[in-house]
Amino acid sequence: MTHYLDFEKPLAEIEGKAEELRAMARVSEEMDIEAEAAALDHKAAALLKDLYKKLSPWRKCQVARHPDRPHCSDYIDALFQEYTPLAGDRKFSEDEAVLGGLARFNDRPVMVIGHEKGNDTSSRIQRNFGMARPEGYRKAVRLMEMADRFGLPVITLVDTPGAYPGKGAEERGQSEAIARATETCLQIGVPLVSVIIGEGGSGGAVAFATANRVAMLEHSVYSVISPEGCASILWKNADKMREAAEALRLTAQDLLKLGVADRVIPEPLGGAHRDREATIASVSDCLTKMLGDLDGLKPKALIKDRRDKFLALGSKGLAA
Amino acid sequence: MNWIANYVRPRINSIFSRREVPENLWTKCDECGTMLFHRELSDNLNVCTNCSHHMAITPRERFTALFDAGNFAEVTVPDPIADPLQFRDQKKYPDRMRAAQKSTGEKDAMLVALGEIGQTPIVAAAQDFSFMGGSMGMYVGNAIVKAAQEAVRLKRPLILFSAAGGARMQEGILSLMQMPRSTVAIQMLREANLPYIVVLTHPTTGGVTASYAMLGDVQIAEPNALICFAGPRVIEQTIREKLPEGFQRAEYLLEHGMLDRVTDRNDMRDELISITRMLMLLPPPVKGHLTGPEEAAPNAIEVAKAPAKADKQPAKK
Repeated sequence: MTHYLDFEKPLAEIEGKAEELRAMARVSEEMDIEAEAAALDHKAAALLKDLYKKLSPWRKCQVARHPDRPHCSDYIDALFQEYTPLAGDRKFSEDEAVLGGLARFNDRPVMVIGHEKGNDTSSRIQRNFGMARPEGYRKAVRLMEMADRFGLPVITLVDTPGAYPGKGAEERGQSEAIARATETCLQIGVPLVSVIIGEGGSGGAVAFATANRVAMLEHSVYSVISPEGCASILWKNADKMREAAEALRLTAQDLLKLGVADRVIPEPLGGAHRDREATIASVSDCLTKMLGDLDGLKPKALIKDRRDKFLALGSKGLAA
Repeated sequence: MNWIANYVRPRINSIFSRREVPENLWTKCDECGTMLFHRELSDNLNVCTNCSHHMAITPRERFTALFDAGNFAEVTVPDPIADPLQFRDQKKYPDRMRAAQKSTGEKDAMLVALGEIGQTPIVAAAQDFSFMGGSMGMYVGNAIVKAAQEAVRLKRPLILFSAAGGARMQEGILSLMQMPRSTVAIQMLREANLPYIVVLTHPTTGGVTASYAMLGDVQIAEPNALICFAGPRVIEQTIREKLPEGFQRAEYLLEHGMLDRVTDRNDMRDELISITRMLMLLPPPVKGHLTGPEEAAPNAIEVAKAPAKADKQPAKK
C-alpha cells in the first residue's frame, strides 16, 4: 500500500477511486469502467506532476523522510557485489544504525559506509531510526582507516535524522566520536565520495559527508538542525517548521548553489519511493562519475582536494 | 589595553549590576547567592569568592588576565559575507547581529590574539558566549582558521577557550560546514607539530563540541562547565527520564575519560604555561617575576618581541 504524505491527500483520493473502480470491474464482468479509470489515472498523473513541480522545502523534508524511500541497505543490495559487512568499533560495541563493510562497486573493491533507518517497526528499532551512537562513528573511523591502509575508495550513504541524543551516547563521548570521524574523513588518502540519499541531519551527517565529492538526491535535505528544532528555538513554536525549513535553505538545489553539494541527482516524478529502481540506478551513475573524477589522484592530492574544498566553503552566499 | 581594564570594564559592570543592586558595587553569585563586591569579583576572574562558582568572563577580560602584563595583540579575522542565506525568523539575522554587536562591543563571537604567557609566545582564541550564545558561524570558522595559520606561521602553540551553544542556525548549512572547516585548521597545527590546547568553558555544546573543541592534544575544562553534544533537555525529552546530578558537567566528563583535567580559572594560566612550555621543549618557566598590567604597560611591544631565552633575564622589579 502506498504511504501518502499529507500534501498528497488529493492524489490519494483520485488514485483510490481508480483502484476502487478496477476492483469493482474485477467482480462484475459486464461493467466497462476502463475509460473512466483511465481518465482518473490521467488526472492523477497530472496532479502528481503538479505537486512535485516545485516542492516547498518543508515538503522536501517530508519526501526525504518518506518510509518507502530506498534506504542504505537497498542501495547496498542493488549496487554492490560481495558486500561483506564488518561490525564493531573494537572499543565498546556494534552500532546497527551504521552499516559498513567491504564490497565491490563496478568490480572495484571499496569500503561502503552508511546510516540505515530500517523499514518496519522492528528493523527501525534495531537500527535506532538511523541515529548513530558513538560506536557507529568509531566503527566508521575504523573502516575508513582500513580503507586508507589498503587503498580502497570510500563511499558513504548519508541518511540520518542526526546523532542519537541519549544518555549512554553522551557518556561515551558522542561529540568526540563525531569530531574524530570528521577528522578521519579529512585525512584519508583515498577517494571519499558521499551521497545524501535522504536526511542529512547535522553533525551526524557531517561525520560521513566530509568528502571529496558530495551528491544529493533531488528531494534530499541537509541541515544544521531539523526544521522542527529550529522552529522551537527561533520561533518558540515547533509548528513553524514550514517557515524554518524555508529559512534554513536545506534543499539540494540551495546547497548546490552554496557549493556544499557538487551534484544533484534527479529523482523520478513523485519522489524516489515511487520508482526505487530508477533512483538506485541514477545514484549508481553518479557514484561512477564522482569516483571517475578522482581517478589517478595521489593520496596527497586527494587530501588537499578535500581540505581546499572545505576551507573555501562559505565564500559565496545565495545572493552571489 | 589598560583603558579597557580600567575604564570600559568597570563601566560595563556598573551598567549591568545597577539593575539589580543600588550603588552598583555588588554582583550576586548565581550559584550561592552571595553578594560579591564587583572589584573583588573581577580580581578573582569572575569566580565567586564564596563558593568558587565560575561565572562568565569575556574574551577580553580573559586575555587581560592570561597574557603577561595583560598585553596582547588582536589578530584581524577576515570578514565573511554577511547574512549569506538572507535568513529571517521572527527577526532578521542582520538585526540580531547588530544588537549583539551593540551589547558586546565585539564584531562576532570569537577573539584571536597574539602574546606571551610566562614569556612563552602563543596564539590564543576565545569564544564569547555573550555574543549570540557564542554560536559558531562563518566568522568563528574564519577566526579558527586564521588562529591556526598564525600559529603555524609563527611556530607557536594555539590555546583555544571554547564557549558556545553550538552552530549558528542563521547561517544554516554554512555554519554546519565550520565543523569540517575548523577541523582542517586543527590538522594544520598537527602537521606542523604544534600543540593545540583546548580549554572548555561553560557551556560548550553541539557542533562546537563535536569538532574543534574535542580535538585538542590536551583537553582542560573549567569546573562544573556543561560540555555535551545534545543538551540535557533534549536528552530528557528523548529518553523520558530525569538525568543524574552533574550529568555532562566537566567533572563527569573527566570521570568518563573525555578530558585530561578540570582546572580552576585562577590556576589555569600557570597550568597552560607549564604544559605549553613542556610541549614546546622549552626550559621550565621562571615564576613570580612578572610585573602586573599597570607597571608593564609602556613596555608592551618589547615584551611581545622578547625572545624565548627571556626566562633567563632577571626579574624586572
